[in-house]
Amino acid sequence: MTDARDSILARLRAARVDSRPEPSVPVRRFSWSRRETVERFRIGLESVRAQVHRVDDDWPRMLATRLRESKVKNLRYGPDGPLGEELRAGWPTDGPELIAHDQPIEACREALFTNTDAGFTSCLGGIAETGSLVLWPSRAEPRLLSLVPPVHVVLIEADRIVPTLHAMMSEQRWSESMPTNALLISGPSKSADIEQTLAYGVHGPEKLIVLIRGEDRPTGDRFAGQPEAID
Amino acid sequence: MRSEFRLRAERSLASQRARGNIRRAMDGLILKRRAAFPDLDELERLRDQGQAIRDQALANLPELLERLERRCATNGMHVHWAEDAAEANRLILDIIRRHGGHAVLKGKSMVSEEIGLNAFLAGHDIEPIETDLGELIIQLAREHPSHIVAPAVHKDRREVAELFARHFPEEPYGEDIEHLTALARRMMRERFRATRIGLSGVNFAVAETGTLCLVENEGNGRLSTTAPDVHIAITGIEKVIARLEDLAPLLTLLTRSATGQPITTYVNLISGPRKPNELDGPHEVHLILLDNGRSRIHADPELRATLRCIRCGACMNHCPVYHRIGGHGYGTVYPGPIGAILEPQLQGLERQGELAQASTLCGACGEVCPVRIPIPDLLNRLRFEQAQGRALRHGRRSGRERFLWRLWSLIHASPASYRRISGFVTRLRILARIRLGPWTRTRAAPRIAARSLHVLAQREGFRDD
Ligand code: SF4
Repeated sequence: MTDARDSILARLRAARVDSRPEPSVPVRRFSWSRRETVERFRIGLESVRAQVHRVDDDWPRMLATRLRESKVKNLRYGPDGPLGEELRAGWPTDGPELIAHDQPIEACREALFTNTDAGFTSCLGGIAETGSLVLWPSRAEPRLLSLVPPVHVVLIEADRIVPTLHAMMSEQRWSESMPTNALLISGPSKSADIEQTLAYGVHGPEKLIVLIRGEDRPTGDRFAGQPEAID
Repeated sequence: MRSEFRLRAERSLASQRARGNIRRAMDGLILKRRAAFPDLDELERLRDQGQAIRDQALANLPELLERLERRCATNGMHVHWAEDAAEANRLILDIIRRHGGHAVLKGKSMVSEEIGLNAFLAGHDIEPIETDLGELIIQLAREHPSHIVAPAVHKDRREVAELFARHFPEEPYGEDIEHLTALARRMMRERFRATRIGLSGVNFAVAETGTLCLVENEGNGRLSTTAPDVHIAITGIEKVIARLEDLAPLLTLLTRSATGQPITTYVNLISGPRKPNELDGPHEVHLILLDNGRSRIHADPELRATLRCIRCGACMNHCPVYHRIGGHGYGTVYPGPIGAILEPQLQGLERQGELAQASTLCGACGEVCPVRIPIPDLLNRLRFEQAQGRALRHGRRSGRERFLWRLWSLIHASPASYRRISGFVTRLRILARIRLGPWTRTRAAPRIAARSLHVLAQREGFRDD
């Protein structure tokens, strides 16, 4: 094994290369107002069949109603996640059953795969250019919670939506510490493998419900009135 | 004697159904890509950037690979190196055996096709489970992918429905695409729950952070890399990039060039196995770095551009030869223009050199390639090398060929002789029953125009100088 490593590296080192200048990043920069940023985020997600709702602080009740209407019987959530307490406190007594997802997967694999209708997570932010949610799964909200249940519900704060992936990576200094798993999610799972025709709901969630909160809040208005260079 | 490639191409040309399926899909993909890049100036800037990022990575390849190895190890992954297919297969088998695995969930991976992993595993009593819908179709049909992004593009819904009916007879028959997709979901569900080992390819490996980037739409890639206890990722050594921020433009180029999507449904960034305090994710992540001829390509400053490829498939989507013979016509793992330059280099000109002829040199591939690989130039270079090799083996050109070329250069040596000959040919065109050897075997002979372009241009007032 070390043999392969050393001989591959030796061959690569023997090659003649001219040094190259560092490539510049990024090309894409946008000077969207905050409202436009959120709007593009919403349009991007809706164009791939995500359901997007603008919500206020009463969102747990609204979510419970929607889920009940679409016959969702239970919702798994991370009780220690950033929104766990808020979700539980605001959940109506007649809403779908709330299941705390706080066990190692070895203890709940069966239940997660066969007996869970929906999973709820928070997210790190959103990307307007592509209509993407950014998730950093954690102990409080593990990776499979957003993947295995047929419905995935996400709440995003409007001021966490930025124009581009590059903006988010550099503002949050991702390169200094990446989590074991980071995800961009842009819509429910889909495939075009048969006749290039889109069909939704393949192996991941069939339905993605995105709740945007705080759009009308005046604070944190980072992007309005700050035209950036488009080069 | 007709070569294997020619026989295969002729078979593909005769298969009207597959040709129709491929043609429809390619026409759609061309339009989608075009719509995804509405601003052509921006596209050119993005391509510059994509090329620069990949060029820089290849210029620093040994350092970046070492850095990647270090960072991945720090993150808790196991990094392995493989000289060739046999070594990679062996490494994978050892990992699976160590965990007592009998089956492997597979996310889509062209490198696993390159090393013939499925057949190898099956030969060792380990079941490879293709989880991507297109790959599942191919696996059930016992075929190979005909496109690097859309493996089952040559099949239509009826063929898929009949295939599923044969393999899942207890399920209701249906030709509806939603029905077929839902069926695949049901069939795969239990496998995702129960299988303990997953394997995937890698789209980009980030040296700076030790991160593997995987893009996909179905969720099978996430499931194959997240649900099992062990995740094995395999990639060619050229897939490494220096910085995390390089991902942003490369992803933009990749998904838009491939399918016209602004982004795939999932972009999965994996930087290590489950940490002790985490509740799910694989306990072990293995990264296998495969050479298999790549370091040889890297050694040549011109051919090195081949390794910039990000496997978007745009070159084949736009290739008139691919449109007609499809992926199976090439008979190699990588088809289309990228295959025509990559395979002769991976396998040698003696074995696959003829693929360099599978091009009209129309230039479409080079124009759409998101990392500006000069595919037509590289095809010419390989053709030249092949001709040189032939010359070395068989001496100079044959007598007839030598005579024809001498005639050709004589005719083109002076304007007067050229005019005289072309005028003569156009006048005699009624007599012409041209048979041009292999050219007219599958095509109509070209009709000679009544007036040469030169004469027509003169009439329109163009002057010779
Ligand atoms: S050669 Fe260029 S166009 Fe073809 S698959 Fe590779 S990156 Fe895409």
